[in-house]
Amino acid sequence: MSFVADPVTFIIDWLQRVLGGWGLSSGWVQFILFALGAILLTVGPMLLTVGLIWVERKLGGRFQDRLGPNRVGPWGVFQTIADMLKIFTKEYITPIGADKVLYNLAPILAVGAVLGVWAVIPLSSTIFGTNINVGVLYIMAVGAIGELGVILAGLGSNNKYALLGGFRAVAQLISYEVPMVLALLVPVMLSGSMGLNDIAGAQKVAYVFLVPAAALVFFIAAIAENGRAPFDLMEADSEIVAGFNIEYSGLKFGMFYVADFLHAFTSALVFSTIFLGGWQGPGAEQYPILGFIYLMIKTVIVYVFLLGVRFTLPRFRIDQMMAVNWKLLTPLAMAAILVTAIVDKLTPGGFGLVRIVALLVSNVGLLLITNWLVGAYVRAHRARRQVVSGPRTVVVAPPKPVSEAQEVNA
Amino acid sequence: MIPLSWFLILSAILFIIGLFAVITRKNSIAILLGIELMLNAANINIITFWRYLYAPSGNLDGIILALMVFVVAAAETAVGLGLILSVYRRRKTVVADDLDTLKG
Amino acid sequence: MTLMQVIFLANALVTIFAALMMVTSRKLIHAALWLVLCLFGVAAVFGMLEASFITIVQIIVYIGAIAILILFAVMLTQNAVDDSYKGNRRWLMTGLVALLALGGTLLALFTWPKVASLSTALTTAQLDIGLIGQALVDPQGYVIPFEVSSLLLIAALIGAIYVGMERKGEEK
Repeated sequence: MSFVADPVTFIIDWLQRVLGGWGLSSGWVQFILFALGAILLTVGPMLLTVGLIWVERKLGGRFQDRLGPNRVGPWGVFQTIADMLKIFTKEYITPIGADKVLYNLAPILAVGAVLGVWAVIPLSSTIFGTNINVGVLYIMAVGAIGELGVILAGLGSNNKYALLGGFRAVAQLISYEVPMVLALLVPVMLSGSMGLNDIAGAQKVAYVFLVPAAALVFFIAAIAENGRAPFDLMEADSEIVAGFNIEYSGLKFGMFYVADFLHAFTSALVFSTIFLGGWQGPGAEQYPILGFIYLMIKTVIVYVFLLGVRFTLPRFRIDQMMAVNWKLLTPLAMAAILVTAIVDKLTPGGFGLVRIVALLVSNVGLLLITNWLVGAYVRAHRARRQVVSGPRTVVVAPPKPVSEAQEVNA
Repeated sequence: MIPLSWFLILSAILFIIGLFAVITRKNSIAILLGIELMLNAANINIITFWRYLYAPSGNLDGIILALMVFVVAAAETAVGLGLILSVYRRRKTVVADDLDTLKG
Repeated sequence: MTLMQVIFLANALVTIFAALMMVTSRKLIHAALWLVLCLFGVAAVFGMLEASFITIVQIIVYIGAIAILILFAVMLTQNAVDDSYKGNRRWLMTGLVALLALGGTLLALFTWPKVASLSTALTTAQLDIGLIGQALVDPQGYVIPFEVSSLLLIAALIGAIYVGMERKGEEK
C-alpha cells in the first residue's frame, strides 16, 4: 500500500496515526476525518465545474460548426475564470415582494442536492465517501431535494414567469423520477444489493451490455431530471425567458448555473458507476488509483455523449414530454424489469456466456418491439390527423367572357 | 448508547405539537401540516420500539408497519389536498371555520 | 455523554424548534418549509435507529413528494388568509391542555419497567435490505398488507383525480 498505488488510504492512515498520537479519542478522530472528506468531496466538484463549463462551451461550439470561446487564453481556457469573476462581482438584485427565505434558500438546495450525490459514489475500490447499503435510493432522495429548490425559486420570485417555469419544471422532474427509479432497479436485481460499492464491484461484465434497455431508460430519464435539451423546458430561453431562475443575479444565478453543469457530470458519473462498471478495469484492484482514472475516463465519454444529445436535438413541448414519460419510458422500464427478472431466473447464475447472451438478446428484442410499437402509434396518429385536416381544393370563380366587358365599356 | 425513553419523549413532544397545530390553526392546509407531524411522531414511536424490542430477534414487524403508515399518509395527503383545492375553486376560501354549510 | 447522545440531542432540539416554528408562523409557506426541516430531523432520527431503508423512504416520500404537494396546494390557494394560532380564541387553554396531556403521557411512560433499556447491537446480516423485500412478498410474511396497500394507493389516486378535476359547465 504505497503512496503511489493508493494515495487516499495512505493519507487516511497517516492522519489517523498523527491525530491519535495527539491524544484524541477514536470517535473524534473519525469525526475529523469524515469532516475532511466531506470538505474535499464538496470543493473538488466545484473546482471541476470550471473545467466542465469550458469543455461544454468549446464542444458545443464545435457541434454547432463554430469555434466557441477562443479569446481568453489558449483555446479559451481562461474564459470560465473570466465569467466567474464577472458573476462574483455582480450586484444581487432582489425583486420587491420576493419572499426572502425562499428566494435565498433555493440556490443552496439546488447545489447541495447535486453535491450530495458525490458522497456515495465509489471513486475507486477504496476511495469513497461512505458505504451505505441503500446507495441507489439515496441518489433518488437527494434528487428530490433538488426539486424542492426549483419550486422554492419559482414561488419566491414574485414573478408570473418564474411561477409558470417552476410549475412546469417540478411537473417534469417529479414525472421523470418514476422511470429513473424503475430503471435503477434492474442493476439492483442483477447484483443483489442496493449499495453502489456492491454494484460497481459486481460488474465483471458491464451492465450496459447485459441490460441495454434499462440503461437507455436511465440515460433518457437522467437527461430529463437534469433539465437539459431536449427536455430543457425548465429554462426554455425562447419561451419563458429562463424560467424559474429569471429573478436571480450574481452568485445566486451562478449557483444555479453550477448546479446545472455539475448535475450533467454527476448523471454521467452515476451512469458510469451503475451501468459501465465504475472503477473496474485492468489492474484496478491492485492499484486503486487506476480505478479512479478509469472511472473518470468513462464519465468523460458519457458526458461528451450527453453534450452531443444536448446540441443536436430540438426541444420537446410539455405534452410531448409527458407523453414520452408516461406512455413510453415507464412501460418500457417495467417491461425491462419483467424481462430481466424472468431471464435472470431461467439462466444459470454468474457471468456465463448463456446468461449474457440471453439477457442481451431479450433486452434488444424488447427495444425492437418498443421501436415497432412507437412507429405504429405515430403512423396511426398521423393517419388520424390527415383525415381531420386534409388539404381542401380551393374553388376558383370562372373568368367573365371578354365580350361582355367590352360591351359595358362602350 | 441512547436509552429508549429519549426517543419516546421526542415522539410525544412532536405529537403534542402536531395536535396543537390541528386544533388552533384555521387554514385547512395548516391543519394538514399538523396531521403530517402527528403521523411522523407515530412513525418515530414505531421504529423505536422495533429497534429496541424486535430487531434483535430478526422480526421485521416495525419496518413494515412504518411503511404502511407512509402509504396511508401519502394517500390521505393526496386526497385531502384534492378536496381542499376543489373547495377553494367553489368557495374561494380554505378557512375551515367558513365551511359550515352542513351545520345544523 | 457519548458522541451519539450529543448528536441525538442536537437533532432533537432542531426538530422540536422547527415544529414549534411551524405552528407559530403566520405565512403558510414558511410553515410548510419549517415542516420540511422537521421532516429532515425525523429522517435523521430514523438513521440513528439504524433503519436505513425507512430513512431514505422518508426523504423520498415525505420531502420529495408530500412536501412538494403541499407547496403546490399553497401556491394554488395564494390569496387565502394567513392565520396564526392566536386566531383561535382559546389557544392558551388548548396549549395548557396539550401540555397536561404531554405530562400525563410521560408520567404513564415512566412507570413501565423497560423504559430505560439500551439497544443491543445488530449484526450486519440482520440489517440486510433484502430481508425487507423478502418479507413483503412472503406468503407467511406481509404479502397481504403489501397488496392491500397497493389497492389503497390506486383508490386514493382515482379519488384524488376525480375530486380535483375541473368539470366543464359547473357553475362557479
